[in-house]
Amino acid sequence: MSDPNSEDLRATKARRGRNILLAAALFAFVIIVFIVTLAKMGANGAAPL
Amino acid sequence: MSEQAVISIIPAKAARWQDYVRLLKPRVMSLVVFTALTGLVCARVPMNPVLAVVAILCIAVGAGGSAALNMAYDADIDALMRRTRARPVPSGRVQVADARALGITLSLFSVALMGLAANTLAAGLLAFTIFFYAVVYTVWLKRRTPQNIVIGGLAGALPPLIGWASASGTAPLGAWLLVAIIFLWTPPHFWALSLYTQGDYAKARIPMMPVVKGPASTRRQILAYSLFLAPLGVAPAFMGLGGGLYLAVAAVGGAGFVALAARLAASRAGDAKADGREDLSESLYDVATAAKPARDLFAFSILYLFSLFATLLVERMLAVAPLTAAWGPHA
Repeated sequence: MSDPNSEDLRATKARRGRNILLAAALFAFVIIVFIVTLAKMGANGAAPL
Repeated sequence: MSEQAVISIIPAKAARWQDYVRLLKPRVMSLVVFTALTGLVCARVPMNPVLAVVAILCIAVGAGGSAALNMAYDADIDALMRRTRARPVPSGRVQVADARALGITLSLFSVALMGLAANTLAAGLLAFTIFFYAVVYTVWLKRRTPQNIVIGGLAGALPPLIGWASASGTAPLGAWLLVAIIFLWTPPHFWALSLYTQGDYAKARIPMMPVVKGPASTRRQILAYSLFLAPLGVAPAFMGLGGGLYLAVAAVGGAGFVALAARLAASRAGDAKADGREDLSESLYDVATAAKPARDLFAFSILYLFSLFATLLVERMLAVAPLTAAWGPHA
């Protein structure tokens, strides 16, 4: 039978890893939208009127 | 046994972040990215490099989202097959609802971002591809017809078209030619695999061609598809897409493909008596002697497709002129 404390520890560690991944993904999404917006604005600015 | 019944008997385990990455089928995703990149480059339309990277990222994330939806829906049959039973959902590490939520979220984000970074056509094609894989193939076709991977193969064939559309905003004949190559490549590729994994498919009641029509019919159909695929693989050289190197690679590769398919057709691969070891191995490549022609074609088919698209990519990167300008990329 496995130690409940070590199970808890493993579960906590796994949850922490998932949370970090989710935070990184959300942060990356925000950055990407920001960069895409800048790139699109640049393209429109370069276009002739 | 229903999906809920299977999942409910598996004790919940703590999912690690790697399990969520596995839900996205990274190996399939890498092939999708590669073919989409080839399509984008073959469009020969100048594109902001940042937007090009984001467009490819959207295609990768969309493929990952549809893969997660596929794994959520197929958890019950995945649990029955050796090749798939260690996946995050059937092994109990990720819950069905979590996989579904991840798939829907990634799909929506990828389509929205594609619309923002590229254009409506690319976003629409990406949405259609995700729907086709997650609903048409996974829900409607996979468990109902031996033509599942023939029709469903369209989802895996569309990425070059999405890449092309993201750069040019158009979907010309040249892009559809790349789609057609992958579309015709899919049946011989998967049927070769299913010839020596049919025990698994039968156990999960998936009507793959060898299970429904038998190995002999499957081997003949593989040869028939290969005979159509080989000349089609050469066609980009005559439609303003490929150069001399592409023509050579496609001709040699196509001849090799047909030769291996003919060898498979003449073999007894997939026959129950010939493949005594069929269910013993976990590996896709360690197979019984009688099944080796099927294994060899399966392995070669990956090399073949990779070679065709890599050559197109390299020729475009090196600005090698296509053999003919007729039917050019903007046709």
